[in-house]
Amino acid sequence: MQEEPKALLIRPIRDGTVIDHITHGEALTVLRILGITGTTEEKLSIATNVDTRIAGTGGLKDIVKVSNRELSKEEVDRIALIAPNATINIIRNYLVVEKIGVEIPRHLRGVIRCTNPGCISNANEPIESAFEVAPNGLRCHYCDTVISSDYAQHII
Amino acid sequence: MYHIISIKDFERAEIDELLDKAQAIDQDSGPFTSLNGRQVALLFFEPSTRTRMSFASAVARLGGSSICVDSVEGSSISKGETLADTVRVVSSYVDVIVLRHPKEGAARLAAEFASVPVINAGDGAGQHPSQTLLDLYTIRQSMPLEGIDVGLLGDLRYGRTTHSLAYALSNYDLTIHTIAPETLELPTSLKDELLDRGCEVVEHDDITDIINDLDVLYATRIQRERFPDAASYYNVAESYRITPELLEDRKEQMIVLHPLPRAGEIDPRVDALPCAKYFEQAKNGVPVRMAMLEEVI
Repeated sequence: MQEEPKALLIRPIRDGTVIDHITHGEALTVLRILGITGTTEEKLSIATNVDTRIAGTGGLKDIVKVSNRELSKEEVDRIALIAPNATINIIRNYLVVEKIGVEIPRHLRGVIRCTNPGCISNANEPIESAFEVAPNGLRCHYCDTVISSDYAQHII
Repeated sequence: MYHIISIKDFERAEIDELLDKAQAIDQDSGPFTSLNGRQVALLFFEPSTRTRMSFASAVARLGGSSICVDSVEGSSISKGETLADTVRVVSSYVDVIVLRHPKEGAARLAAEFASVPVINAGDGAGQHPSQTLLDLYTIRQSMPLEGIDVGLLGDLRYGRTTHSLAYALSNYDLTIHTIAPETLELPTSLKDELLDRGCEVVEHDDITDIINDLDVLYATRIQRERFPDAASYYNVAESYRITPELLEDRKEQMIVLHPLPRAGEIDPRVDALPCAKYFEQAKNGVPVRMAMLEEVI
């Protein structure tokens, strides 16, 4: 039987950030959280539904590579909400110089929209939404509403 | 700078201290001078009678004066001004802002932009700390807050007073009994929070099962618009009505409270019973709000 030729789905990057082990199907949401859109300047490589052997993933993951930009820990922690198992590799001259996991930060500003339509953070006020991480989910700093699931749906 | 936004921001010792202060004010015939020469803005962007008047009375008794905004119409808000700008401007006129607003979290936002202390006088379906403090104060006038059985009756889903009160009560070693119609039960998230805080919460379907074991019965208004039709509303309202007959075998020290206004939940014949403390409760709004104003100034 002929073996399938091994090839890289996306080319290595020289300098930048590789976000690996993103929950499959969430790569585009990750970019949205990082504020990377089609109109920003970063060179991007995105791979979705890539095979992985890591347990608990359903056998699939997404990968995002961002060239010439090193994401800070604060930036990548924001993606922990939807991709808690993601790992961040900082690449310089094709080498991984730093590998970090993501952690849900204690406070989230301007990331999630409050689900309570009566909340002042959804009114025309000069504030960003603000959430604190509580044991049962994310608690709105303004109205105490707790969001405990489907975070991706509420991302601004 | 010290703001009073939510009862959740208070440790038990801070609550006790405020209630002690209210008690000292209550027992003192005055005159009080702590707000002499000071001005308080009463920004009420939502209708209120009791809360607004008792804050105005509290300010006057402390020797201060108040400036009122009574509705959104006629205010800069109706011209599209943000609340953030309003409180920034008003901060430059007064020494304290008391705010009632239809949006939840409005007082928290106001505190972020104001340069003077902000007291939350109710924000939408959210927090109403002065009501909670006067509820606790009224209970404490009759009995210690420890080791008692407190029944919360009526609309426990949407009633902000019961949410704040239940949370505040969970600071004390007591049992909360909930008696609510189907669909108007205490929200699960709040119930879980109370249990996490070590509070005992017991749910009941029928008030007659528990009435004779209660030390406090806190009744709230059941709103007609929560029901699909008039018949189902009247059925429920009737079964939650507090009558002298229901209270016949109550505990000796038992008291009945209600944040008012009432709409048939309490039979007027109950008013004459010694356990009827809801008018006393409303009266307590003044010393409690005086204590709050003194606390922030």
